[in-house]
Order: sequence, then C-alpha cells, then structure tokens
Amino acid sequence: MIRISTSPFDPGRELSVFEKNAGDAGAVVSFLGRVRGEETETVVTVLYLEHYPGVTERMLGELETEARGRWAIDEPLIIHRVGDLKPGEPIVFVCVSARHRRDAFEAADFLMDYLKTKALFWKKEITSDGERWIEPRMQDYSDVARWNERDKDS
Amino acid sequence: MARILFFGRLADLAGGRERELHVGDSVRNLRELVDLIAKGDDTLGAALREKSVQTIINERISSGDAISDSDEIAFLPPVSGG
Repeated sequence: MIRISTSPFDPGRELSVFEKNAGDAGAVVSFLGRVRGEETETVVTVLYLEHYPGVTERMLGELETEARGRWAIDEPLIIHRVGDLKPGEPIVFVCVSARHRRDAFEAADFLMDYLKTKALFWKKEITSDGERWIEPRMQDYSDVARWNERDKDS
Repeated sequence: MARILFFGRLADLAGGRERELHVGDSVRNLRELVDLIAKGDDTLGAALREKSVQTIINERISSGDAISDSDEIAFLPPVSGG
C-alpha cells in the first residue's frame, strides 16, 4: 500500500495496524526516516517536500511489485510525507512482513534505497543560512547500485 | 495548449510549478520545446538542458521525445526522497 501524506502521521499506530493485518507472517520489519535537525554546521528549520501527484504513486506501486518479485514478502506499506516538515518529524515509513526475517529485512532495505534515489520526491532544506534543494549523496547511489550488482551475480 | 510542469529547483527558476504553452508547428520534439522555453530566459534554458534533468511526457518515462499541443511535459531535476 502506498500513501503520500500532506499531514503528520503516527508511525506507532501505523505499525500496530500493519502488524494486526500481517496474518501469520513470521517477521515484520519497519524503517522510520525522520527529519534531521542539523546538517553540516547549519540548523534546519523546515524541510519542504514535493512530489509528482499520480506519477509518484504509480511508480512506487511498480516498486512494490518489483520487491514482491524478488523476495517472498506480503504487500508492503510505504508512507511518505510531503509539504513542510520540522526536525524530528517522520518523513518516510516502510513496513514489510514475510514468512522469514531475511526476506523482510532485505526488501525493506531495497525499498528504502529506491525511495532515496529513484522515487519522484524533491526536498528543500530551509536553514538559518537560507534554502537549498537537496540531491542524493554518492553513498545513496552506491547503496542502490548494490541491488543491480546482485542481479549480475545471480 | 501543452502543459509544462517544473519540479524542485526548476520550479524556483521558472517562477512557478506549471505553465501553459502554445506548441505550434515549430516545436516537434523536446529539444525544440526547451529552445522555446529558453527564449528570454537563458538561466532556465541552461538548467533544463542539464544532463541530470529527466523528462516525462504524459506521465510516462520512456515516451520518446515527440511533442504535441495536447501533451503534459514534466521536467525533473535529480530526486531526493526519504
């Protein structure tokens, strides 16, 4: 399930609902991403996020389908915030249930790497020094490349 | 009228997220569309021509580069989710 939310969400409550719906799955893995309060010597006051309505959701749906093709997992939950966020607020929440933990861990890791580098979101940091649009770090690109490496190996 | 969408820093440079543009016979593909948008706005033109900028036509990524007056064309700078 994909949800793009313009208002804050409660990860604890979302996890509780997800877990109740997970049936007899043996493993549930969740990842919560939050707004960092400090970036290299500046203080972040607001993080603004935007997306491409309709297209972002459709591509995330395709990403979920791909994850389900790679691992034996149930339908994942992806919640992503847009709009103005404050430090400490949840930005992204990914939940994956599976029969076994390895599938759930790896699928959640995969979904997050794609969310950081391929999903259609743009974020702007508004700090004490002004504002700037963020682009992925080299580390984010090498993280996501791991999944292609693995395709070549298999 | 074609609908042009700008995201992220491109929207800041364009002074808005969306603009309608009459795409006449002189514009048949993406390159010619960018040339038209760049007229009178070199900064935006240069930004749209950057290699890192992706385009989506009518909400599909691999949609070729032919443009007509009823299309929606989105210009996307590098994404940053999560």
